[in-house]
Amino acid sequence: MATMARSRRGGIRRGETRYGWLFTAPSIVIIGVFLILPIALAAWVSVSNWNGLGSPLGGRAQFIGAENYASVLTDPGLAQKDFGTSIRNNLYYVLLVVPLQTALALFLAVQMNRAILRGRGFFRTAFYFPSVTSSIAITTVFIFLFTASGTINSILAWLGINGPNWFADPSGVIHNLLAGVGVTSPPPVLDVIGPLGITWWEWLSGPSVAMCALITLAVFTTSGTFMLLFLAALQNIGAEIDEAALMDGAGAFRKFFSVTLPMLKPTLFTVLTLGLIGTWQVFDQIYLTGGGAPGKTLLTPAYLAYQTSFKDLQWGQGAAIAFILFAIIVALTLLQRWILRDRDAKVRTPKPARAARVTAAVSEGDVR
Amino acid sequence: MLIGSSGDAETSAVQAAADAWGAETGNTVEVIAASDLNQQLGQGFSGNNPPDLFYMGWDQFQTYASNGYLEPYADSLSNADQFYPALKDAFTYDGKFYCAPKDFSTLGLIINTDMWAAAGLTDADIPTDWDGLTAAATKLTTADTVGLSFGQEYARIGVFMNQAGGKLVDGDSITASSQGNVDGLKYVQSLISAGVLKFPPQLEAGWGGEAFGLGKAAMVIEGPWINGALKNDYPDVKYVAAELPAGPGGSSTFTFSNCWGIPVGSPTLDVTKSLVEYLTTDEQQLAFSEAFGVIPSTESGAAAYAEKFPENASFVAGNDYAVSPVAFAGASAVLGDFNASLEGLATADAATLLDALQGNLEAAYTKANG
Repeated sequence: MATMARSRRGGIRRGETRYGWLFTAPSIVIIGVFLILPIALAAWVSVSNWNGLGSPLGGRAQFIGAENYASVLTDPGLAQKDFGTSIRNNLYYVLLVVPLQTALALFLAVQMNRAILRGRGFFRTAFYFPSVTSSIAITTVFIFLFTASGTINSILAWLGINGPNWFADPSGVIHNLLAGVGVTSPPPVLDVIGPLGITWWEWLSGPSVAMCALITLAVFTTSGTFMLLFLAALQNIGAEIDEAALMDGAGAFRKFFSVTLPMLKPTLFTVLTLGLIGTWQVFDQIYLTGGGAPGKTLLTPAYLAYQTSFKDLQWGQGAAIAFILFAIIVALTLLQRWILRDRDAKVRTPKPARAARVTAAVSEGDVR
Repeated sequence: MLIGSSGDAETSAVQAAADAWGAETGNTVEVIAASDLNQQLGQGFSGNNPPDLFYMGWDQFQTYASNGYLEPYADSLSNADQFYPALKDAFTYDGKFYCAPKDFSTLGLIINTDMWAAAGLTDADIPTDWDGLTAAATKLTTADTVGLSFGQEYARIGVFMNQAGGKLVDGDSITASSQGNVDGLKYVQSLISAGVLKFPPQLEAGWGGEAFGLGKAAMVIEGPWINGALKNDYPDVKYVAAELPAGPGGSSTFTFSNCWGIPVGSPTLDVTKSLVEYLTTDEQQLAFSEAFGVIPSTESGAAAYAEKFPENASFVAGNDYAVSPVAFAGASAVLGDFNASLEGLATADAATLLDALQGNLEAAYTKANG
């Protein structure tokens, strides 16, 4: 192959640039029309006072600078408070879902990968099944499971636990725990306005009981997908590495944490990144459970952007929220990449390190 | 034509009416039932391709009108002066009567007659004031059934605030934290703490009508749309509809309405206007009443309706003193926030809730008018 390419180089490579553009033109056009242009347009809307009537590029829409951003970020008022609430809700959602789903996916993948497991195909399908089902369908099922006299509460009743009315309970989990030790009203030090117009006490409410049901749902549906990613990576780790670890006297735990996990780092990065992006963009579940009810504790920035645009017709503000969300996701992905960077790349074999960089590049592409 | 349909019955009735008009005038009308009306309208307007005629809800009307989406055509309709004044007010923005009211619904007290009789109550006990309501709800409350239920939102709880003499907007000033509103909320709180009022989610129902149909609530505050829901899902439940009891500040209820919206600068304005005139005639509105239970928006039509459906006469009677809920541009986000805070009503301080509402509403009002 190599020799053939070299011998023909002179004649055939002359028009290479031209053909290169020709062959990539379809994707460039599609990406440009359906990705770059809409994003550019949304960026324009977010700094304009366009009211949704006619084209945003027409004479009606005027440039108003960062006003839309200011009204959700710095101007005290309902818009800022709503945005703050949505950020708080989503933050707790991300903080719980991402580690839980990653850990569960890894655990399942390791179990799947064990040679002694029988009926592996069955389990693999069973765990992957929720991921291929429509999120609307799963959410509907969960709403029924989590009603006050639903399946979940019946099971809890067998265990002697009086379950909450899940999707109708706006109380925060941390607030409930504090109430358990007698703290029901905010201590004065927390009863002051924190970032984005909501008090520190509200920031520290924890996810609401309703949000916990959605967190369970997200972990349940997405861990199957990530299990497959981990499984593929695990199957790339040769048996000889296991043997070598065994010969060096590593026990099961030592082998997992010192050999398997480091070799899974590229995949771990992918899973965490995808998880982070997916959880910050949660929308369908919110749409179906009543647009933030109970008590706005399910409101997320993605839903808020939709509501601000389509219901209140403040398209600029909606677009601004979407862009802030975008910035949050990019910032967190970069932070995570920095945390997971190869600190000792020189010591280890170069192969996984290179793989890490490749995966990182791919994942980054996904963000955009 | 884009409509937010309640179901097949409504869609086919509107299509039939549009076809009949089309046959008379030689036009064709395509009726599309929206799955998410606001979203589809938003898409149509931003794409410069809005529907020629569409349902415009009372809650969104002011927002649309203030953004210049709508054609103010209704004053020039031949039947413009036949509509209820309260409905005309609801669809008037900046002194202009924008769009013709399609129909209306008011809130009434829906009573389960079997439970009513079982509790030893008679027709004479049908509550006409708050004390009567408390007494009836207390008698109707059993181990399985709560006396009274309604949605935990401004669109229901607000009637108590109005009955106590409160108003959210009085002329040009915001009066959300006035004593009347506080009294209204406190009365609702007293029902909660007495255990005779529970909200639908606590009864595992999506809305008041479901709680009522399931027999978990003996009385609910809902509108005439409950007729259709009960007929379809709970045909065995026997009930009557009464006017809402009056509070210390007099009688009050909410009226909800849709209008026929026409986009600004519509190229088909004249044709569409003639279609609206056809659709809002008394005969056509009564045909809609028969098909899907709405009340005609004209005074003569509503009177004919009350005669034809005496069981719903109380809803028509309520419209004499009904007001449309506050809905100026930007108010919907504020009231959404108020609804969220109402979920903590059982334990909250009424005045604190209303103070927050006052502040937000003032800001929104200034923005809408400045």
